[in-house]
Amino acid sequence: MAKVSKAKMSKKVFKKSSEVTVNSTALKPEVVYDDDDDLKGADEEIISEEEDGEDERKRQHLLEAISALGGKRRKALGERSEAAVQMSEFMVNAEDESERVELSDLIQIIEKTSTVPAKTKKQLKNLQRSKTIECPLSKQESERIQRDVAFQKAATDISRWKSIISQNQRAEQLMFPLNQEPSGPKPMERVVTGWKAQTPLEQEIFALLSANKQPINDPILTPIEQASMRAMSLEEAKVRRAELQKARALQSYYEAQARREKKIKSKKFHKVQNKAKRKEFLKQFDEMVKTDPAAALEELNKMEVARMQERMSLKHQNSGKWAKSRAIMAKYNEGARKAMQQQLEVNKHLTQKLVTSLNGDDEEEEEAGDPELLPDFVNDAEQDLDSSNPWMRGRLSEDPTEEEANSDTVGLTTEQSGGMEYIAEEEEKVEETEDNVILREFDSRRKLRQALETDTAVEMSVDEEEEEESKAAAEDGYASDKEEERLCEFTNLFHEIVEGQSRVEGAGDAGRTDTSTQLEAEVIRIRTLGSVELLTQDNSATDKVHVESQKPLSTENLPSTTQKAGKSRKRKKKIQLKEVLTKETKVMKVLLAPTIEASEELEEKLDQRGLIKEAFAGDDVISEFLKDKRKQEDVGTSKILDLTLPGWGEWGGTGLKPSRSKRRRFRVKNAPPPPRKDQHLPSVIISEKRNSFISLHQVNSLPFPFENHTQFESTIRSPLGRTWNTERTVKKITKPKVVTQLGTIIEPMAQEELVKVKVSAGKNSCVDSLKIKY
Amino acid sequence: SMAASKSDPFPGPAPIPKERVQKFKRKDKAKKPRHQHFKLRDMMKRSDEASEMSQKQAARFDLLLPEDAGFLEGDEDEDTCTISQEDIAEAVDITSGAKYFNLKLSQFGPYRVDYSKTGRHLLLGGRRGHVACIDWQSKHLMCEINVMESVNDVKWLHSEAMYAVAQKKWLYIYDSNGIELHCIRKFNDVLRMQFLPYHFLLATASATSFLQYLDVSVGKEVAAFCTKTGRLDVMCQNPHNAIIHLGHPNGTVTLWSPNQKEALVKMLCHQGGVRSVTVDKTGMYMVTSGLDKKLKVYDIRAFKPLKSYFLPAGASCLSLSQRGLLSAATGDVVQVYRDVWSAPVTKPYMAHRVRGSVWGLHFCPFEDVLGVGHGDGFTSMLVPGAGEPNFDGLDANPYRSAKQRQEWEVKALLEKIQPELISLDPTELGYVDRATFEQRHRDRVQALGYDPLAKEKFVPKYKKKGRSSAGAVERRKKQVAHEDQRDEIRKTVEDKMKMEKEIKERAQKKAALSNQKSALDRFKK
Repeated sequence: MAKVSKAKMSKKVFKKSSEVTVNSTALKPEVVYDDDDDLKGADEEIISEEEDGEDERKRQHLLEAISALGGKRRKALGERSEAAVQMSEFMVNAEDESERVELSDLIQIIEKTSTVPAKTKKQLKNLQRSKTIECPLSKQESERIQRDVAFQKAATDISRWKSIISQNQRAEQLMFPLNQEPSGPKPMERVVTGWKAQTPLEQEIFALLSANKQPINDPILTPIEQASMRAMSLEEAKVRRAELQKARALQSYYEAQARREKKIKSKKFHKVQNKAKRKEFLKQFDEMVKTDPAAALEELNKMEVARMQERMSLKHQNSGKWAKSRAIMAKYNEGARKAMQQQLEVNKHLTQKLVTSLNGDDEEEEEAGDPELLPDFVNDAEQDLDSSNPWMRGRLSEDPTEEEANSDTVGLTTEQSGGMEYIAEEEEKVEETEDNVILREFDSRRKLRQALETDTAVEMSVDEEEEEESKAAAEDGYASDKEEERLCEFTNLFHEIVEGQSRVEGAGDAGRTDTSTQLEAEVIRIRTLGSVELLTQDNSATDKVHVESQKPLSTENLPSTTQKAGKSRKRKKKIQLKEVLTKETKVMKVLLAPTIEASEELEEKLDQRGLIKEAFAGDDVISEFLKDKRKQEDVGTSKILDLTLPGWGEWGGTGLKPSRSKRRRFRVKNAPPPPRKDQHLPSVIISEKRNSFISLHQVNSLPFPFENHTQFESTIRSPLGRTWNTERTVKKITKPKVVTQLGTIIEPMAQEELVKVKVSAGKNSCVDSLKIKY
Repeated sequence: SMAASKSDPFPGPAPIPKERVQKFKRKDKAKKPRHQHFKLRDMMKRSDEASEMSQKQAARFDLLLPEDAGFLEGDEDEDTCTISQEDIAEAVDITSGAKYFNLKLSQFGPYRVDYSKTGRHLLLGGRRGHVACIDWQSKHLMCEINVMESVNDVKWLHSEAMYAVAQKKWLYIYDSNGIELHCIRKFNDVLRMQFLPYHFLLATASATSFLQYLDVSVGKEVAAFCTKTGRLDVMCQNPHNAIIHLGHPNGTVTLWSPNQKEALVKMLCHQGGVRSVTVDKTGMYMVTSGLDKKLKVYDIRAFKPLKSYFLPAGASCLSLSQRGLLSAATGDVVQVYRDVWSAPVTKPYMAHRVRGSVWGLHFCPFEDVLGVGHGDGFTSMLVPGAGEPNFDGLDANPYRSAKQRQEWEVKALLEKIQPELISLDPTELGYVDRATFEQRHRDRVQALGYDPLAKEKFVPKYKKKGRSSAGAVERRKKQVAHEDQRDEIRKTVEDKMKMEKEIKERAQKKAALSNQKSALDRFKK
């Protein structure tokens, strides 16, 4: 019974562990905590009676059974049916596949036995505390992450230029090179400094001025005045004095301390102190890189100097007294050989040149400051091949060289630290202490957290993208819906209009013929009357009527004749008013009556011709003109095309006509032409022909940013030339988009320009200022 | 500090009177729609600003045109038309008084008259062959010839160095020394001429009802149309848009451009034949006179009659001055009218009787002078308020030297406007061509003489051994046509498939994005 229950328990534990591996890293810390709990539970279990534990297990078993009833059926692990003869005295059964030896089991036993040395116990405990290392990512994945991060960084870097680019695109004029001396009046001081006394008189005057300490360059303040201007206030001075005092006191204190420490003879003390100092320095350096890169650079330079010194000196080159003695011993003593080799290695390490270049300091600094760029875990090598082995999972101590390799890729600072660590190890050669292990654990936890963060970040971004996409899709759908609606509306409207037209068309035709007959009648009447003025009046009136009659036809379905008449009368009234104004002929007085001399043949001839014409004037001129006009109109009007074929689809022959429905079907009516320009001008014929010559020079498609023709036309409407504008205006209007200075190098924009532009943009937010100065 | 403490009593730029600004208006402000692209907004804003600035600057610089125009004003109960030329010449200063003179040339008259663009030079063409050009202000005779032929019309070309004479048969070009430069045989029986100064075009109207355009800068005939309206002896130009107006015996006035074979506009103006036509400088008004003894004023932009006057004697010649004075010759009397289009006129502003019937009438540019060519010679009349007092030194400078004239000639040639740009609306070039693609293609085909996009027709190869029989050839043709059709069908089908595929893909993508699983998804592959 106990065995079975144990099996269940272990199974549960196994499941948990499997969960741990399966679950995302997000759950890890919790799991660790759980493990601890388990451990504690186990301890308690051991301390308490066996029966209690039995009860616990029973309860667990029962709970599991119940849960299994409700949920999915779990596949039971294959169990051996044979009874095990041998039972381990440590409650461990190795026979069963599922019953693995767990570390906790071992520890439980070790706790009990007193024969095990304390050191081993401690080690085991440490082992227990250290956790598994997650499986390192594949090369592709890690590279992808690197690329991703690099891309993001580059994108943010570049997007900083976005505003300046758009600003330059929108600027009316750009002047290159950017750092030009501003034209126009210079400040007084600059002008004066540029000027030098040349004539003897000037020199004399300047000598006098300078002798009396009078202002030469700055015409307002003397040096004394300037000094007084520069002087501090009392409060400031007091504060500064206090600061200085404090600094001095501290300095003396530190000096005394250093002196005291120097006197101490214990080598071990110095060793420890040196180590502590180094650690401190490293930490400081790390921070310094983030906060004060300039100082870090200085430190780096110092290190470089140290390297140089090492290279110059023979300190570690086995040339010292001790080294020589070692060399003699080396033949026989392996230890001595090793020591020599170590020293040489130290030399090699110290004289190794730093990989990173100093001029790329900014990048290094950024790299150091940006933990996202290269997450540490990415570079963790696949060192623990057998991850299933819990002994191997604990990362007790790594090879320092390997660590170095890691840090090499990471960057400068870590490399430095690695190097320092190496030195420390070289000097101390102590095995890893407890605190070291703890430190490592912290480190690993930190890595884990970072990984987690990046993971979640990536997930977040993915989520966002998806959301956006789905949103866009939804919007698309909405838009299309809207469009459909509009279309539907439009088609409805169209149908209505078409119906209205078809209803009206018949009537319209009738009206048209009516008006034409009217016109005919008018012509005849006019011929008889012979009055042009009247003709034009009436004609225009009838024309108007014609138009009017068409209009109400299309809008109102039942045009009553009375209405029409009323309308036309109204029209007529209006026209008459106008006609009265314009058409009334004024007889002009001619004070000097013309006296035509009959002596001139030519004149006579002409006059005769004129007289003849005068006699027959107005006879056929008007009717001819009207005919001409009608002809022109007819050319434009659409004709009805009858496409019926007799005998096609039905019987044909003499005396047989195609059916009416068929005729109607095959009668093609073209769309009516647009209204003529001379529609309302009875005595004018305006040609409707297109001027194709000018269209060759016209713009035939709307250029990009314009939304309609009028916008574009209005922008090109006003003239730019000298004929219509003053000289200054022409210069202003036609100034070039880009101005470059002859013979100067146009450098690409520097980072500083970005800042400057930002500042200037903040100052004057007006984008459309005529000049953009940098 | 002193300067700073004193505040400017007139801060900002000097104000410009509104009317003056309005005078130089270039365009209306464009309406701003609500949703605008920032680029478009910037462009529109800049254009508006530029036009406003240029308008204001021009208005401000109008101050530099100091000359004022005045009119003759009579005493109370005194008609200005009764004041004789001699009185006026006596009253005005000597130089102006010298501008009234008579040239008695009774032998070869009557005379046609033309002033050069600057107004300095006068060209006289006697009906009986006498041609003379005179620097009329200094009375310096530049040349005088007799072409020994009847002269129908004379016209200065772009400068005073050359002039065209329409003689009995051909058109001749002479230089200012009277040397014959060209005899243009393509232009025959020319009756009237007009010179379009900015296009360098000489338009001629002939007795054979031909309207021809000669590009004097390259010496080529630009266009020639048969108007089919008989003898063309009435002609004028619209200085605003370089359209030629022709008057016809059937009472119509037709408008022509070198780009269209038929008249742009045909207006019925008079009951009888049209005797004379003239258009004012701004291109707004046209004045016609006909055999029906009427004088009509038209708004030529809308083609609508504005005013109609009855002249008992009828006007044989009409001329409009730069400032809008109308001169009309009725027999041997020259009458000048003011404000013919704005207010109803009952009596003339000025009148003058010349000896012999008037044959040519021309206002002198930039001078208050009207040149009258008549049967007994030439009369230079003083008409106060006729000429534009301020001249544009870069366009037509009456005081220019020979060197300046040469420079101007070069510049004018560089700025020559092509004849294709002549149209009723001179701003048409600034409009977007809204014609359809088909229309434009048709134009192109017409211009090129062939269809550049047309597919070449299949011509079956001749094959021997009886394989080129009519039936075989027909079959081959059919085959090719069939192949073409198949290609087309294939293409359309492919397009359709592609479209469908795209639609499907889009739908799939949408479904994937919306992430809604249906019960039937399990059957998907």
